[in-house]
Amino acid sequence: MNLFGKVTRASLYLVAAFGTALAHATENMPGGPAVNQLNFAAPATKIMQEIHWLHWMMLVICALIFVGVFGVMFYSILKHRKSLGHKSASFHESTTVEIIWTVIPLLIVIGMALPATKTVVAMKDTTNSDITIKTTGYQWKWGYDYIKGEGEGISFLSTLSTSREAINNLAPKSNTYLMEVDNEMVVPVGKKIRLITTANDVIHAWTIPAFGVKQDAIPGFVRDTWFRADKIGTFRGQCSELCGAEHAFMPIVVKVVSQEDYSAWVAQKKKEMGAGGDDPSKVYTLEEQKERGAKVYAANCAACHQPNGKGAGAFPALDGSKVVNGPKAGQFNILLNGKNAMPKWAGVLSDGDIAAVITYTRNSWGNKTGEVIQTQEIITARGQ
Amino acid sequence: MSTVSTTHDHAHNHAHDDHTPHGWRRWLFATNHKDIGTMYLIFSFISLLAGGLMALGIRLELFQPGLQFFRPEFFNQLTTMHGLVMVFGAIMPAFVGFANWMVPLQIGASDMAFARMNNFSFWILPVAATLLLSSFLVPGGAPAGGWTIYAPLTSQMGPGMDMAIFSLHLLGASSIMGSINIIVTILNMRAPGLTLMKMPMFCWTWLITAYLLIAVMPVLAGAITMVLTDRHFGTSFFSAVGGGDPIMFQHIFWFFGHPEVYIMILPAFGIISEIVPAFSRKTLFGYSSMVYATASIAILSFIVWAHHMFATGMPVTGQLFFMYATMLIAVPTGVKIFNWVATMWKGSMTFETPMLWAIGFIFVFTMGGFTGLILAMAPIDIGVQDTYYVVAHFHYVLVAGSLFAMFAGFYYWCPKWTGYMANETRGKIHFWASMIFFNITFFPMHFLGLAGMPRRYADYPTQFADFNMIASIGALGFGLAQVYFLLFVVLPAYSGKGEKAPMKPWDGAKGLEWTVPSPAPHHTFETPPSAEQMREAGI
Repeated sequence: MNLFGKVTRASLYLVAAFGTALAHATENMPGGPAVNQLNFAAPATKIMQEIHWLHWMMLVICALIFVGVFGVMFYSILKHRKSLGHKSASFHESTTVEIIWTVIPLLIVIGMALPATKTVVAMKDTTNSDITIKTTGYQWKWGYDYIKGEGEGISFLSTLSTSREAINNLAPKSNTYLMEVDNEMVVPVGKKIRLITTANDVIHAWTIPAFGVKQDAIPGFVRDTWFRADKIGTFRGQCSELCGAEHAFMPIVVKVVSQEDYSAWVAQKKKEMGAGGDDPSKVYTLEEQKERGAKVYAANCAACHQPNGKGAGAFPALDGSKVVNGPKAGQFNILLNGKNAMPKWAGVLSDGDIAAVITYTRNSWGNKTGEVIQTQEIITARGQ
Repeated sequence: MSTVSTTHDHAHNHAHDDHTPHGWRRWLFATNHKDIGTMYLIFSFISLLAGGLMALGIRLELFQPGLQFFRPEFFNQLTTMHGLVMVFGAIMPAFVGFANWMVPLQIGASDMAFARMNNFSFWILPVAATLLLSSFLVPGGAPAGGWTIYAPLTSQMGPGMDMAIFSLHLLGASSIMGSINIIVTILNMRAPGLTLMKMPMFCWTWLITAYLLIAVMPVLAGAITMVLTDRHFGTSFFSAVGGGDPIMFQHIFWFFGHPEVYIMILPAFGIISEIVPAFSRKTLFGYSSMVYATASIAILSFIVWAHHMFATGMPVTGQLFFMYATMLIAVPTGVKIFNWVATMWKGSMTFETPMLWAIGFIFVFTMGGFTGLILAMAPIDIGVQDTYYVVAHFHYVLVAGSLFAMFAGFYYWCPKWTGYMANETRGKIHFWASMIFFNITFFPMHFLGLAGMPRRYADYPTQFADFNMIASIGALGFGLAQVYFLLFVVLPAYSGKGEKAPMKPWDGAKGLEWTVPSPAPHHTFETPPSAEQMREAGI
């Protein structure tokens, strides 16, 4: 768009914004931020309760010092003015006073550090967990693998479910705008959950404010942290380490459920995974693959290549692309192994999903190859 | 610029043998500390406006939830470049400009020790800045990994990243040369009788800052060179695939980065320590404890770096050590605040514009200090790490801290630089507008951060909308206040509109700079200050 267009659009937005600003403010987000929230999230773990307490303690101490120091300063500003005829005194040092105001802050600081120490030690104690979940940060989604305890073996990806239209102001924004996902992490209430974090590409950070947990997910390394939610409900957070263009669009949602509900969820999830396991010998029709591929595309590809396949900026268009309309092997290679900003999808998406999404891209928008890619072809390509 | 030279020429018509070059040669080949100081200040003000424009772009996109104006890729370029330009282009060169102008005048030296190196260290800056800014024009755009340029995200950037790396190398070289110059000048060229412990506080804080710069700029250069070789030459310093560690980058970066934040605030402490006594008409309280406090802050700054990394998952002992060490910094910082307040106590105060800025600095900087103390506490930091709380905190110490102190310094020394008084009424308008809009912009960010809004987000949940809108409005006001400052305060003063300044416009001011005429002649203290000048200066 030319500069004039941009300026015009900008001024229109500014005018419109004033009118709609307050109408915009939705209700509080369940498990997420409240409208104009002033303090930390309401605690859902004991650790977060302690953080609340520490924060209040610090606020009170700082407020007292504030009143003390600025009380003296503003008193002096009001009274010791030349305009009131105040003559300046000549004192300019006092060892006693200086020692006092070095030692007292030192004592205050020690007083602050002691209770914090207890919490730091508690936050780092990841032993004796009931369930261990590996969390992997991807550009730009989260992957969860339940690796120990009830639910062991469950594994899924968790992607933003807010529509691109809502983000681009073409559709209304819901109450959970940007903090909603397709598959939430599900954990039982009252159980100690140990999280192991890692990442696939760059550093991400997993956080749920209400749990008092924030842990970087570092590619090639594992770190751990833990939480024990004491409330049933849904809790939300957002990736907290700059991880590239879509940093703002990879939220974290944790559903804390009762033990019975958790067992039911595990049973159901296992059943789904059993059924969902691709039978490599099965031959799908074009329509079946396109339908499945559309979902995979929306969750994994649309962020960069856009829902209309036109791409944006550095991300190439798929609609009319030489690779997508060319020999299959070329597209297999890029999806499986990645290229430049394109991540490697082998091991992230299942072979069935990759086959489906390739079928979708080769038969959508202006692309009409008519080819149906089967799971077996991906397995073969991956083996090469 | 030409008007500046007119004033100077005018004052020196009688002394045409002072080798003052004229026209563009005067500036390109400048070896005079005052000319170079002026160029530094002009350069940094341009950077401030450029960085401010980027900030306004950020605030424009964040005015409402949703993506309105920029793609997130470009938004990230704006946040990254805003940080780099402000830190390396605005704040740091501005303080070097202050040092160039004031250190020789305050210690009674004829010029900086290495005049040609001084020229070189300035002229590197426009080159480096051009390189940095032109990264917007290359494919892939400017670096978008944050001003902290964390690996391995930097490996995904386009050639703009390499341009930023080379630019930082140049800026670092400039800083190191500037620091060497300042150290040698202060240590070797003080007027006879001006012992270190009689030196003005501004010189003391800069002496300590210069050592910090020499210690840490090479560390930054090392870190970004490793990023460069990781990007292009197949090394794996920061990539786990080849046996490296992304977190190692953060350790090296913050080993530079934390002293860096003190580099940006210690000279500010120096300026405030000059102004508060002058307008309280009272000697600075606890001079020696000020010196010791500054030195302690500088030393402690080397052992607190990992408090920026509590969320990376350090061992418990690491978290505790860095938490304790960080909280300790509150002690010497507190001493400085107490000393300023004690200097005002039972003084005979007046509130000209420089003093307003100084008091404003103490008030708002202390708020930034409090949030710093709160952030130092590791469990709370886990809650607010990488949120707008951190953004609020460092803007309270860098804008309300460093920038406000520089405005204080400008109004204080403007008579000496230009020969004219800065307009009092306009200065007060500038102060109150900046103070109010600053707080409108950044105070709500504390709430956003506590509520969990992450920083460097191009879009946010609708629940954060109101505070973001308030912050955006405040930012626009703050930006306009600085344009007002340029058009209605700086330019009139430099073009000789206004009240002519006497040699010593502030009756309570001390220091050798007030014993030379206003504007300061092109050459000063070619012979060491006389005994009478020393007495007048209060030494």
